[in-house]
Amino acid sequence: MGDEFVEIPIKEEQDVVIARLKGKKMAEELGMKKVDQVRIATAISELARNILLYAGTGVVQIKKIHGEKKGIEVVAIDHGPGIENIELALTDGYSTSGALGVGLPGTKRLMDEFEIWSEKGKGTIVTVRKWA
Amino acid sequence: MREEGAIAVLKIEDVLFASIQIPLHDKLAACFQQQILEKLEKTGAKGVIVDISAIDVVDSFITRVIVELGHMASFMGAKVVLVGIRPEIAMTIVELGLDLKNIYTALNLERGLALLRQMLPSS
Repeated sequence: MGDEFVEIPIKEEQDVVIARLKGKKMAEELGMKKVDQVRIATAISELARNILLYAGTGVVQIKKIHGEKKGIEVVAIDHGPGIENIELALTDGYSTSGALGVGLPGTKRLMDEFEIWSEKGKGTIVTVRKWA
Repeated sequence: MREEGAIAVLKIEDVLFASIQIPLHDKLAACFQQQILEKLEKTGAKGVIVDISAIDVVDSFITRVIVELGHMASFMGAKVVLVGIRPEIAMTIVELGLDLKNIYTALNLERGLALLRQMLPSS
């Protein structure tokens, strides 16, 4: 059956891999198709790396959703500097760290639902959902 | 480098072959690139086939590592061919919006070798 909810602290690179492998496993347990498992794992990888890159540490929560619709919800939380301009951050190619700039807009494309909250000086919370 | 040997770089005919079996983190990725460049210098190989069939996810980080390797290898006169891209990986690369730029791709090792043969002047 597997875990219904996990919270993985993101402190170093290994944690990015731990989080995405766990997400893939939970999606698999839910019976999601292979490509969706990989989409979820990829989104988790991007979100977790963003945490390391911009906030240094944070947390990734992964939850199975049951009911009328089955799916996986991922919440990436950090208490980092926050995003100055969310609209800009959601534009392809935009990066404040010299990265490829596909993290947030790319993650949004991989998932079915995407929500983001961020406040300068407080932190960032990204919530994504993928339905089976 | 502690991580040297974590990814085996083999010489097949006149090209190098490396299969990424484990997730690469920063240091390991840099080691991997360095290993390949050193082997290119030592062997004079003109092509590097990188197999990613065992990789779980291709995200922006690993893409940057591979694209960088392509640039570095071209300075050493070599081309990089990526093989073993699974359907799910191909889909997520496109959806994420990743650009593989100067990296060639082929279905598998055999086709990768054939592609390099086509592209390279006879050695």
